[in-house]
Amino acid sequence: MELVSPGIGLIFWMTLAFGTLLLILGRFAWKPIMKSLTEREDSIDEALHQADKARQEMLDMKFSNVQLLAEAKEERDALLQQARVIKDKIIEEARESATAEANRIIESAHETIENDKKAALVDLRNQIAMLSIEIAEKVLQRELDSKEKQNAYADELIRKTSLN
Amino acid sequence: MKIMNKHFHIKSGLWRNLLIFGGLLLFAVFQAMSLGGQTGHPQTDVHHKNVQDTVPKAAFNAGEFIIDHIVDAHEWHILSVGDFHLTLPLPVILWHKGALHVFMSSRFNHGHAQYKGFAIANEGDNKGKIVEMLTVHPQDDQRITMVENEELPLDFSITKNVCSIFISVILLTWLFVSIARTYRRRSGKAPKGIQSLLEPLILFIRDDIAKGSIGEKKYERYMPFLLTLFFFIFLNNLLGLVPIFPGGANVTGNIAVTGVLALFTFFITNLSAGRSYWMHIFNTPGVPWWLKMPLPLMPIVELFGMFTKPFVLTVRLFANMTAGHIIVMGFFSLIFIFGEMSLGAGYSISVVSVVFAIFMYVLELLVAFIQAYVFTLLSALYFGMATEEGH
Repeated sequence: MELVSPGIGLIFWMTLAFGTLLLILGRFAWKPIMKSLTEREDSIDEALHQADKARQEMLDMKFSNVQLLAEAKEERDALLQQARVIKDKIIEEARESATAEANRIIESAHETIENDKKAALVDLRNQIAMLSIEIAEKVLQRELDSKEKQNAYADELIRKTSLN
Repeated sequence: MKIMNKHFHIKSGLWRNLLIFGGLLLFAVFQAMSLGGQTGHPQTDVHHKNVQDTVPKAAFNAGEFIIDHIVDAHEWHILSVGDFHLTLPLPVILWHKGALHVFMSSRFNHGHAQYKGFAIANEGDNKGKIVEMLTVHPQDDQRITMVENEELPLDFSITKNVCSIFISVILLTWLFVSIARTYRRRSGKAPKGIQSLLEPLILFIRDDIAKGSIGEKKYERYMPFLLTLFFFIFLNNLLGLVPIFPGGANVTGNIAVTGVLALFTFFITNLSAGRSYWMHIFNTPGVPWWLKMPLPLMPIVELFGMFTKPFVLTVRLFANMTAGHIIVMGFFSLIFIFGEMSLGAGYSISVVSVVFAIFMYVLELLVAFIQAYVFTLLSALYFGMATEEGH
C-alpha cells in the first residue's frame, strides 16, 4: 500500500524544502509584508484620527466665525448708532451756533441802525437849528425895520416852528 | 499507449472544456449522436488505444489506473503519442549497502530496463518502488532468474512529487518575495496588481485565523509559519488540479507531504507550549482526582491526544485531496470500462463522465481552499492552546 505508507525520500525532501521555504519567506517576505501592513494600518488609523480632529476643528471654527460675525454686526450697529448720535449733535450744535450768530448780527445791525438814526437826528436838529438861525437872521434883517412887522414875523415864525 | 496518455488527453480536454463549458456540451452531444464518427475529440480519440503497450488488449483495470495517477513516480510523464513517450526524466538517488547511486530515471526506460542492478518493481508488494534485482542460479536449472531483493534501498530520488514541491517552493519564493518588494516600494499606499489579489488572503489568515485562535498578543510569532503553510497547501492543491506539466502531481494528496506539514505543526506546538498546556495534559483541571491518581487515565488520554492531533491533520488533507482525484479519475475510468463493452457505450458515457468530472473539478477548487484553510486554522488553534495562559 504505497498510498498510505510515507516514503523516506519524500519525507526528507519535503522537510528540507518546506523548512527552507519557511526560512526564506519568513525572512524575505512575511517580515516586510507584515511590517508594511501594520504600518499602513497605523497610518490609516492616524489619518482617520487626524481627519476627525480637523473636522472637529472646522466645526469649532465655523461656530466661532458665526460668533465673530454676530459680534462684528453688533459692533457695526453700535458704531452706526454712535455716528448717528454724533451727527445729530453736530447738526444741533451748528444750528444753535448759527442762530446765535444770526441773532448777534441782527442785534449789532439794530444797534448800528439806532446809532445812525440818532446821529442823523442830531445832524438834522443841528441843520434845523442852523437853518432856523439863518432864517431868523434873514427875517430879522428884513423885518426889523418896523415894529409891527417884527411882531408879525415873530408870530409867524413861532407858528411855523410849532408845526415842526 | 500508456494509461497516462489517456489521462493526459482527458484532463487537458477537460481543462479546456472547463473554460468553454457550453460549447463542450453541444459538441459532446453531437459526438454521442454520431457514434463511431472519426472526428476526434481529445477525450475520446484515445479510446481505441491499448491500456498498456506491454500487454496489448489487457482488460482495463480502473483501480490500477486510478492508483497509478495518485501515487508518486520516478519520472514525470507529460504526453504520449503512439509509442513515443514524452517524459521528464528525474534524478534517482539511492543509498544501498553503504553506497550512493545517482542516475537519471530515463535509465529504466519507463520501467522496462534495469540499471546498476536496480529496477522499478512492476508488481507485488513493492510495485512502483525501486528494488535491487538479484541473480539467482537455481541448482536444478541452468537458466538465470532475477528476483527482487527483500531489502529495499533507501530511496532519496527527486520523484515527481519532490520535483513538484521544488517547483512550488520556487514559485512561492518568487511570488512572495516580489510582493514583499512591492510592499516596500509602495509603503503606505493602496495595494496594486498581484499584491491586491493576495492581500485579502494574508489579512484573512492574520485577522480571522491567527488573531482569532492565538490572540492579539502572541499571534505575530506564528504568522510566518501559518502564512507559509496556507499558501503552500493552497498552491499545491491548485497545482494538483492542473493536468499539464507544472501541475498534475498529487502533492497534497500524498501522506508523506501532509505528514511532514503536520509534524511541523506538532513540533511548533510542543516547543512553544507553556505551563498551562502541560498542566492540562498531566494534571487536567476540572477532572475528578480518581481519574488521575492511582491509574493516570486522563493523562494517558491527553497524551494520546497530543499525537492524534497531527495524525488527524495528516489524514484529513491527504484523504480529501486523494478522494477528489479518485472521484475524477473514476468518472474517466467509466468511459474506458463502457468502451470495452462497446464503442457506442464508451462515447455515450463520456458525455456524462465529463459533465460529472467538471462538477467535481469545480467542487475541488472549493475543497482546495477549504482544506488549506482548515489545516491552517487547526494549526493556529493548537498554537493557541499551547500558548494559552491559565484561566
